[in-house]
Amino acid sequence: MELKTVSTQHVPVRYLEGGSGPDLVFLHGAGGITADDPFLKALAEKHHVYAPLIPGYGDSEECGEIRDMLDFTQHSWDVVEALGLKDPILVGHSMGGMIAAEMAATQPNDVSRLALICPAGLWNDDHPVADMFSLMPYEMPQYLFHDAAAGAAILTAGRNVEDPNFLQTYLVTNARQLGMAGRILFPIPERGLSQRMYRIKARTVVVWGDSDRMIPPFYAHGFKKGIAGAELVSIPEAGHMVILEKTAQVVEAIGRLG
Amino acid sequence: MKFTWFNLMPWPYLPDDFREKNRSVWVDIDQKLFDPAKSHEVYNTYMDLLEYADTLGFDGVGVNEHHQNGYGIMPSPNIIAAGLARRTKDAAIVVLGNSIALYNPPIRVAEEFAMLDCISGGRLVAGFPVGTSMDTNYCYGQIPSLTREKYQEAHDLIIKAWTTREPFAWNGRYNKLRHVNIWPRPIQDAPHPPVHIPGGGSVETYDFCIDNTYSYSYLSFSGYLRAQALMDGYWRRVDERGVDKSPYRAGFAQTILVADTDEEAERLYAEHVSYFYNRCLHVYPGFADAPGYRTIKTIQTGALSQYAPPRGGYTQLTWKELTEQGHVIAGSPETVRQRMEELIKGLNVGNIFCLMHVGNMPADKCMYSTKLFAEKVMPKLRNMFPDWDHDNRFWTSPLAQRVTSGSLRKEAPTSAELAKTYA
Repeated sequence: MELKTVSTQHVPVRYLEGGSGPDLVFLHGAGGITADDPFLKALAEKHHVYAPLIPGYGDSEECGEIRDMLDFTQHSWDVVEALGLKDPILVGHSMGGMIAAEMAATQPNDVSRLALICPAGLWNDDHPVADMFSLMPYEMPQYLFHDAAAGAAILTAGRNVEDPNFLQTYLVTNARQLGMAGRILFPIPERGLSQRMYRIKARTVVVWGDSDRMIPPFYAHGFKKGIAGAELVSIPEAGHMVILEKTAQVVEAIGRLG
Repeated sequence: MKFTWFNLMPWPYLPDDFREKNRSVWVDIDQKLFDPAKSHEVYNTYMDLLEYADTLGFDGVGVNEHHQNGYGIMPSPNIIAAGLARRTKDAAIVVLGNSIALYNPPIRVAEEFAMLDCISGGRLVAGFPVGTSMDTNYCYGQIPSLTREKYQEAHDLIIKAWTTREPFAWNGRYNKLRHVNIWPRPIQDAPHPPVHIPGGGSVETYDFCIDNTYSYSYLSFSGYLRAQALMDGYWRRVDERGVDKSPYRAGFAQTILVADTDEEAERLYAEHVSYFYNRCLHVYPGFADAPGYRTIKTIQTGALSQYAPPRGGYTQLTWKELTEQGHVIAGSPETVRQRMEELIKGLNVGNIFCLMHVGNMPADKCMYSTKLFAEKVMPKLRNMFPDWDHDNRFWTSPLAQRVTSGSLRKEAPTSAELAKTYA
């Protein structure tokens, strides 16, 4: 995957591009995404993948003008347009799934294929989504992965936690990335999607890891019910990071969209 | 010098094993630990102590705002301040402050502060904190990375509401108001009550204070020795900006405990200091600093949130360490005087927020310490900054003639008396 820049109304947007096949736009979750992401690589085997970074993620410029759900949705459409894409397969994971669903609900005639991977965006008091903003780094793996130990290894790979600069870099990255994510996810990741979901016309596949402890699989049914004709793919022995834990199965599910 | 007697209003009945059995004193603290019936006495005792400080000649009595917090049972400082406005005579009512991003619409603060200023006869010092991440984000649900923008708008709206003499429309991002026309408005109107801003070391806040002639307050629990770097940064900025270095441009909070001797101070107060530093500051680190709450610039200065626990936690700090490292200034009047002089000169601060009640300290000990400070320490510290004696930009300007509250006649007049009065 190659890291590139495209200009939009507000700020230059960084995006990862690679592969060949039908155009596919992937919207990342609150944790962000990097060029060596195995899930993107797998998608790129059969698709021309574009994965834009939300402003503030990675090395991209922050954007004070993107504040609420409508801003995120329209900005993401601006990016699709700036990339010159028409009706790409739209795929979103977690926060990215929430944005993708909003994009498909606001401009239903511009999206015909939609994949939502354990998306945020719905809320039920009896099944609270984890308060990700107050989690300590050491608590993350158990919320994100079916296999917490293996997940911890993935999260810390290539990072020297003993480095005195590590903490400051970590805090700055968190402030930039999660600060931005918080605008649509804090303190409750719900911004009215349930009222708009009915507008989605895309053929939709909803993918969920059975052991997701960040956004419980309970919500899969909310999306299936709310989007006409949506197909649900439940993946055993996978958590919220199902895209890393069961990469092939997620890619296969997306493949069904054609 | 301006000495403000401050009480955080801690809940004094946290159990001995609080730390072991609870993850946080703040945000998700166990409901069962609060006993409303007991709070009746706690609140009234704490208010009595604030009123007592006024009788001893403290320049101000101070209150602040915290939510869902075991060491600060004052979600609405204005309610306590209203009581103090009635029951104190001369002390400034220092509300430090209202977290203005949380009030909807923020003109509520402009109105309530105006009421406090009117009731107290112009004795209000208005504090506008951004609020801690625990309060603002985790308890009151504000989006971390938008909190400062909302705060800024609230501030601009309040100041405009205080200083504009005709109705105006406010088309803000966070507030849409067609007719802003606060009624009442503050007595102190040249141009408005003095403003103090609690800050934690960000350059943006330094500039905000300098630009608006507000006093910058550093409300730390870790004492004056550890505050040196931060306050030096502030004064450097004041220098760079080419404004005067009046010590009243700055305030500092310090835990102070006075007894006859150093030994007596340790004997009387050590357990209460330990209660505060071990139980009251036991904040779950996940609540200390929501991502996006602090600016990137501030994080890059290396300043960690003061609620992030120090290496090893406070438990390992003994009385000796807490006093030697300056977290707490405690001892005989002479010891306290010396250390207060060090603090005042070292940090160049004219406003001292004296944390004279600590942890689960009972009222009698608190009165004892307060009286010794007022009589044997405070007078000797009065003339630290003779050159700036007349600098009143950062303090109150009360009415010269003020009414005494509760001074109505005891009995209603008779018909005959009224006939005579209104003949």
